[in-house]
Amino acid sequence: MQLDWWKDIYTALKAADVRQVGYVPDAGHSALIEACLADDDMRTVVLTTEEEGISLLAGAWLGGQRGALLMQSSGVGNCINMMSLAATCQFPVPIFVTMRGLWREFNPWQKVMGQATNAHLTMAGFSTLTATMPEHVGALAGETLDTAYDGGQMSALLLHQCLVPVKTFGK
Amino acid sequence: MTTQLRSTAYPLNRRDVAARLVQSDPGLLVIAGLGSTAWDITAAGDRDLNFPLWGAMGGAITMGLGLALAQPDRRVLVITGDGETLMGMGSFATVALQAPGNLSICTFDNEHYGETGMQVTHTSSATDLAGVAAACGIAVTGTVHTEAELETALPVILAAPGPVYHVIKVKAEKLDFVLPPKDGVHLKDRFRKALLG
Repeated sequence: MQLDWWKDIYTALKAADVRQVGYVPDAGHSALIEACLADDDMRTVVLTTEEEGISLLAGAWLGGQRGALLMQSSGVGNCINMMSLAATCQFPVPIFVTMRGLWREFNPWQKVMGQATNAHLTMAGFSTLTATMPEHVGALAGETLDTAYDGGQMSALLLHQCLVPVKTFGK
Repeated sequence: MTTQLRSTAYPLNRRDVAARLVQSDPGLLVIAGLGSTAWDITAAGDRDLNFPLWGAMGGAITMGLGLALAQPDRRVLVITGDGETLMGMGSFATVALQAPGNLSICTFDNEHYGETGMQVTHTSSATDLAGVAAACGIAVTGTVHTEAELETALPVILAAPGPVYHVIKVKAEKLDFVLPPKDGVHLKDRFRKALLG
């Protein structure tokens, strides 16, 4: 399995001049988070809940900076009402979502939100793309950022669970 | 019931405090939480560098954080209510870790949910928001009850190295609605044009 697709997201973030990266950690995003933390031109903001990231990016945009959010699919559910801020005011919000509950999921508690993530995002006003092949991640990441920053929209790239190693909890 | 009565006797008037904060500096970047504090900053004079929220409850503080990080040379002031602050208390931890020196946050605390029938909030008897902020790591915190304490706090809120957080206990009272524009795209665009040109 090719596991360095995160580098293509990082390259896309740099190409789009993203300066603020908000995240709640996920194993699938760990290498990308480390790269963002090490980048002196990016302010990497760890959040206590993902909804803080929606308003963080709105504030960044008011101040003239671009941002992006990294979260797990369960985090999308934590954001629903806050997404109305971005939808009503047309703040650009690109989100990169590592998916749980789709494929070889060990933890049944992840299924409900993972299966519903795309629908929730769509109802909240996001346009969504899904990456299932490592070699497609870079282009889809670029498209996600373009949709946000050229179009002033909310956009999400769902990173399918087949892109990350299966989590087995030691079983 | 005594807690319900207590804040109706607080001496500070929220509209007066808002005017003294917002009118202090034409370049101040101001975010207001939904409801009463949005009306308060508008009563002090609608201005392009105000961003009054009409929704997004719990988001005012982190919106101020994003703005403060993007504009490190400008003072950013978030004015919000006790109910809105309670909904996003994790924001104190997020702000404290980033420690933006240009960010001030004020909670106008009347100990009630003002827009929904004046039900008491947690701050009426149980929760000390300045204590929460301090425990989360906010460097400068305080609680203001009186005019004399406000006089001391104003220069701290407006100019001290941040992040700064103050609870300002204000009288629980029903005031006239003074509504800002509610077109969110307009509020965003006018703010960016005034700030960024």
